[in-house]
Amino acid sequence: MDSAVLIVNGRQSRVSIDGHETLLEVLRTQLGLTGAKRGCNQGVCGSCTVLINGLAARACLCLAALAVGKEVVTVEGLERDGKLSPVQQAFVEAGAVQCGFCMPGMVVAATALLSENSAPDDEAIRVALAGNLCRCSGYVKVIDAVRRATTLGQSQ
Amino acid sequence: MSARSANVGASLPRLEAAGKINGAAKYTDDLARPFMLHGAILGSPLPHARIVSYEVRRARALPGVEAVITAQDFPYLPLGAIVKDETILAREKVRYVGEPVAAVAAVDRTVALEALKLIEIEYEELPAVLDFDAALSADAPIIHEQLRDYFKIFDCRFNGNVLSEQLVAEGDVDKAFVGCDVIVEGEFVTQAQAHAYLEPCAALAEVDDRNKITIWSSHQSINRVQANVCEALGISMSQVRVITPRVGGGFGGKMEATVQPIAAALALRTKKPVKVVLSREDDFAMMRSRHPARIWMRTGATRDGVLVAREVKLLYDAGAYCDDSPGVLAFGLYMARGPYRIANYRASGKLVYTNKLRASGFRGFGNPQVTFAGEIQIDEIAEKVGLDPFDFRMRNAIRTGDKWVGGQTVTSSGFAECLKQARSRSDWDRRRASPSGAPNGRPRGMGVAALAHICGVLGTSAIIRLAEDGSIILNTGAVDIGQGADTVLAQICAESLRVDVSRVNVVAPDTDATPYNWGTGASRVTYMGGRAVVGAAAAVKDKIFMHAAAMLECGVQDLELSDGGVVRVKGTDKKVSFFEISLRAHYGLGGPIIGEHAFVYDGEPFDPKRCTMIGFPFSNLGVYMFGVQVVEVEVDEDTGQVVPVAAWLAHDVGRAINPLAVEGQIQGGFVQGLGYALWEELIWDNGRLSNPTMMDYKIPGTLDVPLAIEPIIVEEHEASGPFGAKGVGEPGIIAAAPAVANAVAAATGVRFRQLPLTPERVFRGLIRS
Repeated sequence: MDSAVLIVNGRQSRVSIDGHETLLEVLRTQLGLTGAKRGCNQGVCGSCTVLINGLAARACLCLAALAVGKEVVTVEGLERDGKLSPVQQAFVEAGAVQCGFCMPGMVVAATALLSENSAPDDEAIRVALAGNLCRCSGYVKVIDAVRRATTLGQSQ
Repeated sequence: MSARSANVGASLPRLEAAGKINGAAKYTDDLARPFMLHGAILGSPLPHARIVSYEVRRARALPGVEAVITAQDFPYLPLGAIVKDETILAREKVRYVGEPVAAVAAVDRTVALEALKLIEIEYEELPAVLDFDAALSADAPIIHEQLRDYFKIFDCRFNGNVLSEQLVAEGDVDKAFVGCDVIVEGEFVTQAQAHAYLEPCAALAEVDDRNKITIWSSHQSINRVQANVCEALGISMSQVRVITPRVGGGFGGKMEATVQPIAAALALRTKKPVKVVLSREDDFAMMRSRHPARIWMRTGATRDGVLVAREVKLLYDAGAYCDDSPGVLAFGLYMARGPYRIANYRASGKLVYTNKLRASGFRGFGNPQVTFAGEIQIDEIAEKVGLDPFDFRMRNAIRTGDKWVGGQTVTSSGFAECLKQARSRSDWDRRRASPSGAPNGRPRGMGVAALAHICGVLGTSAIIRLAEDGSIILNTGAVDIGQGADTVLAQICAESLRVDVSRVNVVAPDTDATPYNWGTGASRVTYMGGRAVVGAAAAVKDKIFMHAAAMLECGVQDLELSDGGVVRVKGTDKKVSFFEISLRAHYGLGGPIIGEHAFVYDGEPFDPKRCTMIGFPFSNLGVYMFGVQVVEVEVDEDTGQVVPVAAWLAHDVGRAINPLAVEGQIQGGFVQGLGYALWEELIWDNGRLSNPTMMDYKIPGTLDVPLAIEPIIVEEHEASGPFGAKGVGEPGIIAAAPAVANAVAAATGVRFRQLPLTPERVFRGLIRS
């Protein structure tokens, strides 16, 4: 068990990391950041998606030790000034949120897409979210939410 | 206080949507208690075996382990909603691979999993029964030797591995078939589908200083969890409290007990909080699936396209334990006639035990299987009599005032309107007549399928209170598993009392705080919960008016509600607010204002003079919802891959309390139905599940589904419903598979009668034709 510093949502936090521990476990159990979810623990469902140095990544597949020194952003870090980000707001307004379990991962993946491509077409949205499973929505309103976020982002 | 902004008919986002999108929402695994232990469960390695001995001493001795339990640590306390045939840990025998046999509580999950490896159980393997033929053969090994002795809530007509045998019949089927000009007959096979809710089953249990157990868990019904835990542990309901955090989907799989009784047993033993969260693999292997089915069906009509008779024989595979299976089979028999006027109908069914995962309620509850068969046969008959599939369905459509099988009156049927809307919105006539063909030259086809379903059943209640500040406290016990019940019930409450929805405090279901509700299933929460809320709101309004009449010095008949929590003397500006009324009630006269309404589904009972119903576990069911789904597919004839291209989904929901949420239910249900139609299938290899992971069990993703899935809301007012509303939770999934199969037939000329329509199955079918 080694003491280490993780940079999560812009803050430095001291954690103790076992060699085999994943970033997801450390976020959830040591930092109280339970937004990222454990849906499958094998990198398929996408519910644990976080940003590592700006890129969407599976927290369940990333060893915590390998995230040391990198900028980690979880769903808890997406709000600005205590308000939902435009992407988050779009998910709410589009009616994309049902049970919500996949949503932290989904909205982080959508945020990663939009930071890379501010005007994605439908195909780009589908591809970017292909690794985020949702069992409730049928994805129609999720994709609609990302389209809306594109418009919201441009209007700001 | 602003005036109401949006109530019934408004597309409000979920009340808790922001908290679900910023990470604040807490699901069971996000909760922790001081000194909490972690539980883990050991599953059976064999599909059918006698337990010879246990050796748990090494596991108990592992540092950090605080409890190891097996069936030896409990008296025999069977549970089950319909037939009490299971125990929380296998006893004497194991009956499927993955069946919980032992459980551990330890300081952390790693130690708990380590301890599982130290448990040694000696088994004497028995021959396993893995399919219908094996289960029904004369010399089949018997899975439940004590079936005769189990407690049952109804006469299920069991025999050997047959758990229940049922019959529903009206008219004279044999005679009617003799007079038919056109008859189609066929056998259909459907698969086990996994619920695959994104949140695996989880429970956290804690024991207090009075030995009372509090459970937070992922569930569809606090009352079913409480009942199951009490039965399993042999304790009173006064000793168990169940609380609802956010729930990450259920779809039927979390209706009955999951891991709550085991968590509770471990907490009782250790006197510490214990959390049990299943891994995805354990959830697949230990929990539930949709019933695999084998369906024989025959349908007959006159040459001018009038349906005359249908006969159905069903085999449903219940797996190793009963769960809600007799209800699922009964519902299949009840729905297999379809939304048509067919005077002569006979449906018989057998429910069979096998050494596999237990099957349970799953969105559609036995209906997707029979609708797959029925709607393919409707298309086949339409073709034979030379009618367009829409024209044929319209000619035979059930209408308001008609009787369903069993004699319940169809009090509102939007079926004909669904047919009209689906036909025009999909541009059916033009597209069907001249199939476009894909840009890549692959054939495309349009298919349609119709469905009916019920919403209703069993008991529910609501309590509404006026808080001191005049805001509203709504207690219903209805669990929001993601479908939006909290929002919809708040809208119904707000509309009834003409306040803004933000003034309604929706209390999370908690057996210590909220009144009885059977659960979130049978598409019932909007309809049943909504009726309870309307009734309780009326009781509250009566009390509010009594105070207002005294305060405004008038009669109650002179009063009316106006927006924003205000009572006004009709035609004047004399008024008093809920705040003022509540202050008077709390501190002056009369006492705090509370209204309640409780009822059991009260529709017409079945009519024994009209219909024979043998071994049927219901006495009435609910009101009828209808839908018509059109799907366009593209078929790659080189690989057999079927690609859904577009869908139009017309659903009669009575009244859309929240159209945005209704659309989400229709679209989400349909995409689960696409999974059922095309990709999803649990596969067993010698009794062991071969694909118990999200990697190997394929649920639809963004690249699999069409961008164009158009929900079409049809509102056929249901007089008994809250503001005319019916349910919408299940219907979206029910017609997807037959609509896809009918579209594939239109594209290729080949009929497929087995689900899912995988590339391999389609490719082989195309080659054979």
